[in-house]
Amino acid sequence: MDKERISMIVFSGEMDKLLPVGILASGAIAMGQEVRIFLTFWGLMALRKGAFFQMPVSPSFAPMVGDLGKTLQEKKIPGLVDQLRTAKELGDVEIVACGMTMDLFGLKLEDLEDIVDRVAGVGEFIETAKEGHTTLFI
Amino acid sequence: MADNIMVIDARGSFCPGPLMELIRAIKSAEIGQVIAVLSNDSGSKKDIPLWAGKAGQEFIGVEAHGEYDEITVRKVR
Repeated sequence: MDKERISMIVFSGEMDKLLPVGILASGAIAMGQEVRIFLTFWGLMALRKGAFFQMPVSPSFAPMVGDLGKTLQEKKIPGLVDQLRTAKELGDVEIVACGMTMDLFGLKLEDLEDIVDRVAGVGEFIETAKEGHTTLFI
Repeated sequence: MADNIMVIDARGSFCPGPLMELIRAIKSAEIGQVIAVLSNDSGSKKDIPLWAGKAGQEFIGVEAHGEYDEITVRKVR
């Protein structure tokens, strides 16, 4: 039987696409489900220490929102890092960084926000995702 | 049974913030504690009853106060 688990492959580095990652993770934890997140490419770059609010917005929508990072901070809307931190405090969330991306960009685990648990390979994540009912690519 | 109601003022907090604040409070509350969440996020009045059903907590009700809703639950387990 499938686990009550949602898995997310987070590839995008655009802030507007990353915010739903935190919201979906929070919703899943609230409903008692497990969350597994695989950060790769720009999604991983967005979780370098202090990077989130500097990330760009999808080009089609950028003119509508202006400086989204500034707006979020002014309105005290939690960014991805704080949302995931809360989700981790309240439930079973594991966040892993793609080893290949780490090598490609010369990153070390200590360059990333402290909510990232460890570095992993894609094979392991695919096996993890197989056990869950839903897998999203964002 | 705790008679006094614990109030979580989550007004200004965006979805799913009020629900997350409630879950955090429920974890440390005693059984029988009634908790009222104040929220102006329109998702809360749907999400909180749904969560209560799933988490096995008692949903007491929603009271609209114009600008915000007061959503009350009791910790029963």
